[in-house]
Amino acid sequence: MPKLPTFDDVKGNVQDNVIWKSIFRPGSIYRKGYRDTSRDRALASMNNVLYHLHPVKVKRHGLKLTYTYCLGGLSFFLFVLLTITGIFLMFFYTPAAGAGSEIAYANMREISASITFGNLVRNLHRWGAHAMVFTVFLHMARVFYHGAYKPPREFNWVVGVILLLLTLLLSFTGYLLPWDQLALWAVTVGTNMMGFTPVFGDQVQFVLLGGVEIGPNTLLRWYVLHVLFIPFITVIFLAVHFWRIRKDGGISGPL
Amino acid sequence: MSDEVQIDQEVYDRLIAEGKSERIARAKAKAASVRKAKIAEGQTLGPRPADQAAKALSDYRESAGGGGGVATKTAAPAEAGGAAGGRLTPEQRAARVAASLGNGGKEPASIGVPTSGAHTHRLLALVPPAGIQQVQGKQQDKVYTWPHLLLVEFVALLAVGSLLLIVSFFLDAPLGSLANPNDVPAINKAPWYFMGLQELLAYFHPMVAGITMPGVAVVLLMAAPYIDKNPSAKPENRKVANMAFTFFVVFWAVLVIIGSFLRGAGYEWVWPWVDGLGFTL
Ligand code: HEM
Repeated sequence: MPKLPTFDDVKGNVQDNVIWKSIFRPGSIYRKGYRDTSRDRALASMNNVLYHLHPVKVKRHGLKLTYTYCLGGLSFFLFVLLTITGIFLMFFYTPAAGAGSEIAYANMREISASITFGNLVRNLHRWGAHAMVFTVFLHMARVFYHGAYKPPREFNWVVGVILLLLTLLLSFTGYLLPWDQLALWAVTVGTNMMGFTPVFGDQVQFVLLGGVEIGPNTLLRWYVLHVLFIPFITVIFLAVHFWRIRKDGGISGPL
Repeated sequence: MSDEVQIDQEVYDRLIAEGKSERIARAKAKAASVRKAKIAEGQTLGPRPADQAAKALSDYRESAGGGGGVATKTAAPAEAGGAAGGRLTPEQRAARVAASLGNGGKEPASIGVPTSGAHTHRLLALVPPAGIQQVQGKQQDKVYTWPHLLLVEFVALLAVGSLLLIVSFFLDAPLGSLANPNDVPAINKAPWYFMGLQELLAYFHPMVAGITMPGVAVVLLMAAPYIDKNPSAKPENRKVANMAFTFFVVFWAVLVIIGSFLRGAGYEWVWPWVDGLGFTL
């Protein structure tokens, strides 16, 4: 009987071919011959797409959980998770409402009741959104108490405040989409306030609602804002935020 | 210098006697013996001041016969011996390399730059050792991103991911009855993160509560780094800033809690243990 190849043999063969080597650049931990040396550790960052986010080395104190509490990173993780679960929900949702064609609400019922994993994904999306508002807020508090907005990081704080507002807007526009009583009236309370904007109040409200009161136009408008426009703007500001962290010399501190 | 630096036994013994660790004592003792050797050779220790470095550089250039190898000179066409556009011919470049290495036109053996015409890349600058300024800065304590940081991030991601999954497994997102613009519900609230504003609405004119106050809050928040000019990041040096921010946060938190839990039908004050929780996430 021929000798069966060992796991290491298989691994060696899989890693030692043109395709594998074209995907994983030198220094990648998935490439054959990665050794736990300073050189390979440096290359693991430098030759990786992650190099756009992380430098080769970071300050040791930044690793301590109690410095960042990972809050910025977790906000970003939640943002990614919400994007993925949101895309799933988009497969089953149509932003249409109005007497006789209450499709949006019917879709929500289907997602909760009959679509495979629909309810779980919807729950993840809903609780994830609340969690993100919370982690972004906590992240801001941690940045403040560390004085991490001091020069040269002032502008990144401003970018951060914009991200906070965008997070709130994402959450709020999503709140309307189930088109149930909760959604309709929560959004009514919120948008009534906007009508009190000085001088342009009525116009602001009209543009946001797509009419004088919340209706099918509002639903369509907020859907587009929620799944396309605000995420798009958010990604741009996130890119600037992450880029500035590195240009400002990495994480602040130590205290 | 020989490969193995001798340690200064006297310093070593003294540091050990002071209770320093063996590793530190040895490092310091080595440094001491290097220092001694340098003093014996008549060198000055410590970083060289900038003007001294500049002088050393200009001395060096002079002794190297108006040496090239300095970027600014290479770029100056008038001096480059007539080559078009300030570019040097390979021969001229070879001569410059030789001159800047200070061996007066002989073949430069030491730096491994081929000087034949075959290689035509430009040598931008050659910095003579005397021109390098010593900078004294503290070495920061750093670790590799891989594996240290990435591992921490991965664990954090797994922890929060699984927590969220567990919550989502057991707790369903609310879905009320179909939206009906003619049926105003008794309890009518904004999402929790806007409850602070809705609570303000109970005390102020809507323009003040809905536009002015949040507007001022956002502007203040964005302006915070420009208002707070204190350069220190230590908590003990920034009591005022920390107190102001804490006040700001507590103020909103109290409003959100009141609005979320202590307001019921018709936005009247209620106690949740009497009238039930008028709050949906
Ligand atoms: C979508 C929301 C946000 C995301 C995904 C995000 C992400 C991050 C990440 C990953 C970091 C690295 C350090 C850490 O994890 O703490 C960071 C740092 C920072 N963030 Fe954010 N952030 C967000 C919102 C904010 C907000 C609301 C503020 C402030 C108003 C802010 C201000 C800053 C500042 C000043 C730093 C540098 C901190 C330092 O160097 O210690 N960010 N952010």
